[in-house]
Parts: sequence; structure tokens; C-alpha cells
Amino acid sequence: MEFFLEVLIGGLLAGLMYSLVAIGFVLIYKASGVFNFAQGAMVLFAALTFVSLLERGVPFWGAFAVTLLSMLMLAWAIERMVLRPLVNRPPITLFMATLGLSYIIEGLAQTLWGAQVHGLDLGISDEPFEVAGLLLSQFDLFAAGTAGLLVLALSLLFNKTRVGISLRAVADDQLAALSIGIKLQKVWMIVWAVAGFVGLVAGLLWGARLGVQFSLSLIVLKALPVLIIGGFTSIGGAIVGGLIIGASEKLAEVYLGPVIGGGIENWFPYVLALLFLLVRPAGIFGERAIERV
Amino acid sequence: MAGSRSIVEALLRVDDIEVVYDGAILAVSGVSLAVPQGGIIALLGANGAGKSTTLKAISGLVRASRAEISRGSIHFKGLASTQTQPSLLVQQGIVHVLEGRHVFPHLTVEENLQSGGFVRRPGRQSLQAGLERIYAWFPRLKEKRKVQAGYTSGGEQQMVAIGRALMTRPSLVLLDEPSMGLAPLIVEEIFEIVSQLNAKEGVSFLVAEQNIPVALKHAHYGYVLETGRVVLSGTAHELLQNNALQDAYLGKTQ
Ligand SMILES: Nc1ncnc2c1ncn2[C@@H]1O[C@H](COP(=O)(O)OP(=O)(O)OP(=O)(O)O)[C@@H](O)[C@H]1O
Ligand SMILES: [Mg+2]
Repeated sequence: MEFFLEVLIGGLLAGLMYSLVAIGFVLIYKASGVFNFAQGAMVLFAALTFVSLLERGVPFWGAFAVTLLSMLMLAWAIERMVLRPLVNRPPITLFMATLGLSYIIEGLAQTLWGAQVHGLDLGISDEPFEVAGLLLSQFDLFAAGTAGLLVLALSLLFNKTRVGISLRAVADDQLAALSIGIKLQKVWMIVWAVAGFVGLVAGLLWGARLGVQFSLSLIVLKALPVLIIGGFTSIGGAIVGGLIIGASEKLAEVYLGPVIGGGIENWFPYVLALLFLLVRPAGIFGERAIERV
Repeated sequence: MAGSRSIVEALLRVDDIEVVYDGAILAVSGVSLAVPQGGIIALLGANGAGKSTTLKAISGLVRASRAEISRGSIHFKGLASTQTQPSLLVQQGIVHVLEGRHVFPHLTVEENLQSGGFVRRPGRQSLQAGLERIYAWFPRLKEKRKVQAGYTSGGEQQMVAIGRALMTRPSLVLLDEPSMGLAPLIVEEIFEIVSQLNAKEGVSFLVAEQNIPVALKHAHYGYVLETGRVVLSGTAHELLQNNALQDAYLGKTQ
């Protein structure tokens, strides 16, 4: 029983790391209807910039600030050079644009910082840590706490500030938002910048866990099942989806692995996601359109 | 036609505009009209006559609907406005209440109203005062302020849409088919409030309507559109007396 709980909690905590990536998608999808395939590349870009600065002797918070600034510039450039010219185009066009973007961002990061693998140490040991008789990873607890704080900050931003209300207004109805003087471009830029910030946080945590390398951008593929389960438009859904994926893949690995063969962890989330697609196509928290006119 | 009327200080003047969708579909051709300061002007016509397109040309929302003004000019407060961004036009005092209301369904009624105030960058207190002003006009909205707008009734949504627009502190409201899908009693209530706003606060209105009797009851002057052109115009009284209008539209819409 203790072992089961350890696996379960370990999985839940790891799942929040997926949620972090998924939240970046949700933000952009909600506000502009764009499925931003480049989110993974943004995570990589952030982590690589940060670690490269650290290696050149820049102190932690300095590197954090510079990386954040470069994410904001990236957001600005994407809005100006890609989204604005493509406004009113079909979603598939925008998706293809972000696919292209993801390679450009990866290439750019590689040109700037080189292609070798970097270790990233955030100063949090990965020693197991005892809580109520259970051994848990200290790093996982830290990551989960960070994810929790981030979500809290985002929900305050969305619900209590003018920017947040404008973002949700644009997500609901772009034409109506325009009609009362909200500037769509400004809102999109803010959303991309916030997604860039979320990418930075995810990049640091994932980079510390896996090492900063190009496969980091592949965590997009881990975020997909999370999005399918949680819905593309809900931050709460991204959290719950991450928890479900994290817990179930670990449990599957430990309990089904010996029966079916190892490595289930890698594809089990997709089995789950497909099952969800059949039962609830909009995800658990997917926003259903309010049908009342 | 508008040229022959000597409105010296018109708040809005539309001169001979032509609007084309997708570079090919001619929706409005040669519409001219004027809204005097403090007027309620009706824009009448059947389905597809070009009412909404004309309003979108004025509010600058044509571009967001893949259309453009290919000819003619629009002046608001004396300034040419066809090239102006919608957000700037809102700041200058034009606001468009879209056909079909377009409330933000997942935002609460109060958040919907607040969102209209942002364009003026008011302080906290001034935003709150703005809200109270809207609640004074639409007491019903105050009761529903915590409800998601998508779950309110059609009449309440129309009030939210108008209230949200008023939060921008407009001098001209473009109101597109406020009566659409609403019970006659609610329609009357909404038009009554429009008249009051006009009388007490001096807000001007350009109202597109298919419901000609209601519109002309409250408007001072009206234009009748048919397939993208103005075919008739006159004071509300003149239009109500006009046999052609009676035959062509009142018969149809009653
Ligand atoms: N988005 C669009 N794309 C292409 N054509 C359009 C579009 N919107 C309107 N039109 C065309 O422009 C013409 C005028 O339409 P408009 O919506 O302005 O009429 P309306 O008078 O508002 O009609 P209704 O009373 O039905 O709202 C119509 O022929 C319509 O088919
Ligand atoms: Mg219309």
C-alpha cells in the first residue's frame, strides 16, 4: 500500500510538469484559436538561453530576467511577423505557421547557443524526502509547488485584472471585443508573452530534470494527451489532465509493465487520450459553447 | 440626397460609400446619410439590404469581416474616418452594438460591462461610477451581475450589449437590429431606454431595423435601404405617411 501511494503521488507530481507545458498551449489557444505547435520550441529556447547565460557567469536572477526579456521579444516578433499578417486565415494555416515557427525557433536557439547538452542545476537536490512515512522526490515537490503558484498567479491575472478580462473577452468573441475598442494585437502579444513566461518556468524545471537538450522540445508530445483529456481551453483542465496522465502512466508502468512489457509509460497516455476522445471529445473541462440565444 | 439637406454640423456624414466583401461581393453601393448631433436616425430595409454592412463601414469593423470600403468617404466629428482603426474610433466616440448582441458568454454580466469601460482607461472609482450609471439605466442587469452573460435571456443580453457599449462613453451608438428575436414588450422597453438616453444624455443613435413601426416611433429621421442603396429618406412622420414604404415593407414585416 505504501508503495502504491508512493508511485501514485510521484506520478501526480510528475504530471504537474506536463500541466506546465499544457498551460502554455491553453493560453494561446483560448485567446486566439491557434494551436501553437511552437510551445515546445519556446520551452527549449527559454531553457537554453537561461543555461547558456548561467554558464557564462551571469547570476541566477540576471539570467532569469534576460531570458524573460528575450521571451517577450520573441512573442512580439511572432505577433508582428506571423500572426498579424495571417489574421482571418483558416486555423490550419496558422497551425502550419506555428509548425514552421517551432523549427525556426529551435534553429535560432541552436545558432545562438550551440547544440551540446547542458546540465542545469537549480540547487534543489533530487534526494528522496520523507512525508508521512512516504518517500517523495524533493524536486518533484518543488516543481509541483511552482506549478501551483503559477496557476494561482494566472487565475488572479485572468479574473482580477483588466488585462485578464480583456483576454477572456477576446477568447469569447473577437468581433465584439473589437467593437468596444479592445486592441486584438495587443491582447495577442500579451498572451504570447505570458505563454513565453510559462514556457520559461517549464523550461527551467524540465531542463533541470532532463538536461537542456534538443529533445526538450519534444515534451510537446507529452502535453498533447494532457490537452485532449483536460480540454484545450481550460487551465484547470490542463492541471487535472496532467495529474491523470502523470499518475496513470506511472501506475501503468509499475503494475502493467511487468505483464505487457516495459516502456508502457511512453505510449500509455495516448491510449488514455484516445479513450477520452471517444467518450468526451471536448475533454473534461473543455468549454462547451453556451447555447442560449 | 444627404447633400440636399443642409446639416451643417452633422456628427456623422456618410458620402456615397461602396463596400465590397472578399474583393468581389458588392454589398453597399452609393449610400449617403447623416446623423446630426443628438439625433436618432433609423436605417431601414429588408434582409440583405446592406444595413449591417453600412454600420460596419462606419465603425471600422468592415475589415474584420473581410470587406473594404472601395469608394466614398465617412466623416465623424469632421474627421475622415475610413482608414481609422476601430479602437481609435471607439475612443473618438463611435460604438457599434452588433447584430445578434454578441455578449461575451463566459464573462459575467458585470465583466461584460466593465470590458466596455477599459478603452478610456478610467481609474477604479470612475469605472465603478460608470457601472452604477449603467445599472441605473438597466436595473435588471444589477440583479444579474454575477451571472455569466451567456445564461441570461435575450432581452437581458441586448441590455448587456447596449450597456457595454455605453461604458465606452460614446457620442454615437450604432445599434444593429436591437429588436431581433425579442418579444414586443421587451423591444418597446429597449427603444424607450434609447429615447431616454438620447433625451437626457444627448447620445446620438443610428439604428438599423427591420421592425419599421417601432423604429419610426422613436426615430426622428429615417433612411430606407434596398439592395445596397438608399431609395427613400425623410422624417419619421413623412416615412410613416409614405405609401411606397407602407406597401413594400410594413406589409412584409408585420
Ligand atoms: N461576411 C460577408 N461575406 C460576404 N457577403 C456578405 C457578408 N455579410 C453580408 N454580405 C452580403 O452583403 C449584403 C448586405 O448584407 P447586410 O448584412 O449588410 O444586410 P442587412 O441589411 O444587415 O440584412 P439583415 O437584415 O439580414 O441583417 C448581402 O447581400 C449579404 O449577402
Ligand atoms: Mg443586418
